[in-house]
Amino acid sequence: MSSTQNVFRLLLPVVVLAVGIAIWEFVVRVNDIQSYVLPGPLAVFQTLVSDWPVLSQSLGVTLLTTLEGFVAAAAGGVALALLFNQSKWLEYSLFPYAVILQVTPVIAIAPLLLIYLQQQTAVIVCAWIVAFFPVLSNTTLGLNSVDRNLAGLFQLYGASRLQTLRYLKLPAALPFILGGLRIAGGLSLIGAVVAEIAAGTAGAGSGLAFRIAESGYRLNIPRMFAALLLLSLAGIVIYGVLALISHLVLRRWHESALGKEN
Amino acid sequence: MSETGVRAAGLAVSLRGVTKIYDNGVTALGPFDLDVVRGEFVSLLGPSGCGKSTALRLIAGLAAPSSGTLNVSRRAARAGHAIGFVFQEPTLMPWTSVRENVRLPLKLAQAPAGEADARVSEALAQVGLAEFADAYPRELSGGMKMRVSLARALVTDPDILLMDEPFAALDEITRFRLNNDLLALWRNLHKTVIFVTHSVFESVYLSQRVIVMTSRPGRISAEFRIDTPEPRVEDFRMSAGYAGYCREVSRALAPSYSGLSGA
Repeated sequence: MSSTQNVFRLLLPVVVLAVGIAIWEFVVRVNDIQSYVLPGPLAVFQTLVSDWPVLSQSLGVTLLTTLEGFVAAAAGGVALALLFNQSKWLEYSLFPYAVILQVTPVIAIAPLLLIYLQQQTAVIVCAWIVAFFPVLSNTTLGLNSVDRNLAGLFQLYGASRLQTLRYLKLPAALPFILGGLRIAGGLSLIGAVVAEIAAGTAGAGSGLAFRIAESGYRLNIPRMFAALLLLSLAGIVIYGVLALISHLVLRRWHESALGKEN
Repeated sequence: MSETGVRAAGLAVSLRGVTKIYDNGVTALGPFDLDVVRGEFVSLLGPSGCGKSTALRLIAGLAAPSSGTLNVSRRAARAGHAIGFVFQEPTLMPWTSVRENVRLPLKLAQAPAGEADARVSEALAQVGLAEFADAYPRELSGGMKMRVSLARALVTDPDILLMDEPFAALDEITRFRLNNDLLALWRNLHKTVIFVTHSVFESVYLSQRVIVMTSRPGRISAEFRIDTPEPRVEDFRMSAGYAGYCREVSRALAPSYSGLSGA
């Protein structure tokens, strides 16, 4: 039974996609809609192929920015959580500001950042701002979720702070950290795109979001769709890769990574 | 008595007028006097919340007494740790193998790798889990997890083994088997064992001495010496002597429960 269910789980979204694309193409053709108003999926695909040199280069730029933002967010989030875990005073002093940074819409911060920072730096900072918080809050939660008896055991055997951190707290927090990273991956892409849009055509960058803004001014709608498609695919791949890493790391022991049949 | 004094008197553990009062003002234990001779197997028996676990945690050094003196004999100048502790739960690290779980106390003491390997293998063999060294805790049954926990307590070759209701969550057949294995280990390894339980039958079967405790605050209400020819085997469970001891101990325990309606 479950194998049929699995087939349906994979098949149904594909069917929905195919039907959606077919309807889209049909509507465009029947109503003879011009491609500068709404291009059909075929036109978008053709543009993707014909503009590939430009688009692939932009994709590379956006992915690199996203990666830099993500690495900064992961390192910053985990490091801050570790600091907070070691010192309550530090946590009380700084945590509210982490929350403020998180709840202030990044699209409103981006123009300011672009004034004071070089565009490349500003984009990475934007990606960092949106992505670090889930890593910070999840890691904090994980570090505080250590089994009490295990903590007592480490105390009994005279473990140092560093040993407790390395052999107990970090492994216990790992599933939480990986969960945070999975959210941060998608968010750092969003942060990078937001900053590129804010920089607009005035910026010197050439990321995918910049291409979308630029194509909008030139009424090159098919290219806007093509760039959007690439952004979407990039987000899916980032999520997939992080989910896979998480699964591989946790599969031997954590409930979340164990098969349902167990 | 100082630590050396305790050791000279042949005692493993000595508590004098020890109390434990929690921050909220509840007196969990005491005043409590207890002498445990080296190599002795002693059970602390009492209802839940009678402070027997608290006594164990004080002896382990996991908490400090509010008053009184507490001395634990320690062999001087040796690697490892003088006390092994087995919790009610197996308390294993789920993210690593059985071998690494057992190795933990040695790793924390920064013992040389070669020596640690040998001791981990020895401890696993002692509890009959040599073949499961590479398994992960979730792949083991409840009884096997408890054996891993026991191996981890033994790996430092401690003088004193403290056990906090270690078999309470196991089914009866598994518990009987682990009882026998624990007795065999105790005979072979000459450890001092302080065993906390709320089972009359378990305490009488295992111990040389059963100490019955009252609750709130935890005090000693009765003490029984279980004299029976060693080595004890499964036959002891069926004997009239065993039933007699169980009856006496149960009778002594009854008043501890009388104040706890619905407990």
